[in-house]
Amino acid sequence: MAESIDLKALLAETGVGEVLDELDRELVGLAPVKNRIREIASLLVVDKARAALGVEGAKPSLHMCFTGNPGTGKTTVATRMATILHRLGHVRKGHLVAVTRDDLVGQYIGHTAPKTKEVLKRAMGGVLFIDEAYYLYRPENERDYGQEAIEILMQVMENQREDLVVIFAGYKSRMDTFFQSNPGLGSRVAHHIDFPDYTVEELQAIAGKMVAGLGLKLSSSGREALAEYLELRRVQPNFANARSVRNALDRARLRQARRLLEVGQVDADMLMTIDGADIRASRVFDSAPAP
Amino acid sequence: MRITQGTFSYLPDLTDEQIGRQVDYALGQGWAVAIEYTDDPHPRNVYWEMWGMPMFDLKDAAGVLGEIRECRKVHGDCYIKLNAFDSTRGFETMRLSFMVHRPATEARYKLRREESAGRLVRYTLERA
Repeated sequence: MAESIDLKALLAETGVGEVLDELDRELVGLAPVKNRIREIASLLVVDKARAALGVEGAKPSLHMCFTGNPGTGKTTVATRMATILHRLGHVRKGHLVAVTRDDLVGQYIGHTAPKTKEVLKRAMGGVLFIDEAYYLYRPENERDYGQEAIEILMQVMENQREDLVVIFAGYKSRMDTFFQSNPGLGSRVAHHIDFPDYTVEELQAIAGKMVAGLGLKLSSSGREALAEYLELRRVQPNFANARSVRNALDRARLRQARRLLEVGQVDADMLMTIDGADIRASRVFDSAPAP
Repeated sequence: MRITQGTFSYLPDLTDEQIGRQVDYALGQGWAVAIEYTDDPHPRNVYWEMWGMPMFDLKDAAGVLGEIRECRKVHGDCYIKLNAFDSTRGFETMRLSFMVHRPATEARYKLRREESAGRLVRYTLERA
């Protein structure tokens, strides 16, 4: 048995550093989230070292709750989390099973338990991601089957901690009420991570990455138009952060395609460039007061 | 009489950990695992009862082991076996099947001999 252990070497050995760096590189902003993930990773590395030196401790409870507005990267981070937990040996397989209320709750008496158990069985060895978890609990209907699903979940979360990690996700305020009305569940979730909204600069950086991912680029006028677009869109209702950016870009691509067809003769550069006009044709600019 | 059937029938009973490793192998091959039980382990009885549905899309043995434990609790006086089904075209059949539980007192069978036409003798296995 080793007398001392090099934690840095242990971290390098698990290859989790790469995942964390990838997280830093590919996800814009989200500083508090990244910090928290690093903390969790460090905790697991230290636990591993402890185990290597023969100090046995109970496995920490890693059930989490991700709160934040739509499009702030909760699902993306959950996928990365599964990889990180797998590399650190906390879960055996490292896959992510993403579900909503419909996958857990049945439609008639006796339907819920087998359904929930089946989902749990599929998630064993990995991470179970429950999106919009507050829909599980419907206080207005006391005979709602959601409560049954919650009870089964709670039991597995407590007794089979080494078999799976559960991540709840949803809006902050509604998640808080959800945990208040299900204190048993709330007390079993150790990590509450809040995903902040993106700033315009961050959204622009995200758009830049998305455009590059699509094999396109923004012209300088396109970049300008996008910045203005984001300023306007952000304050409008139903703004879903990165998801809205993706949708805006998808629509800009449609307009670009139509524009190019009208031009007729194009070269590679034109095919790749999204222009200001493609973005300015958006309805968002119509509702804005004339500058 | 110790009743044996399927894969590993010449080995001592597998421990839960060994069962888990076998399940992990089966899942790794993309086979769907199912659990069946019966109180009539006659070799000709192919109709065992299903314990729930076959488990598709599993990644880890923990779910299967949980079901086996559950089934043992309810049907401790039965024989329980685990089947792994390969749906690949060309196979579409059981690739692995072994017993995971036997009751404390095993079923007993006796061989019945029957004289038939001429000097023909028929044999049947019959529950004792």
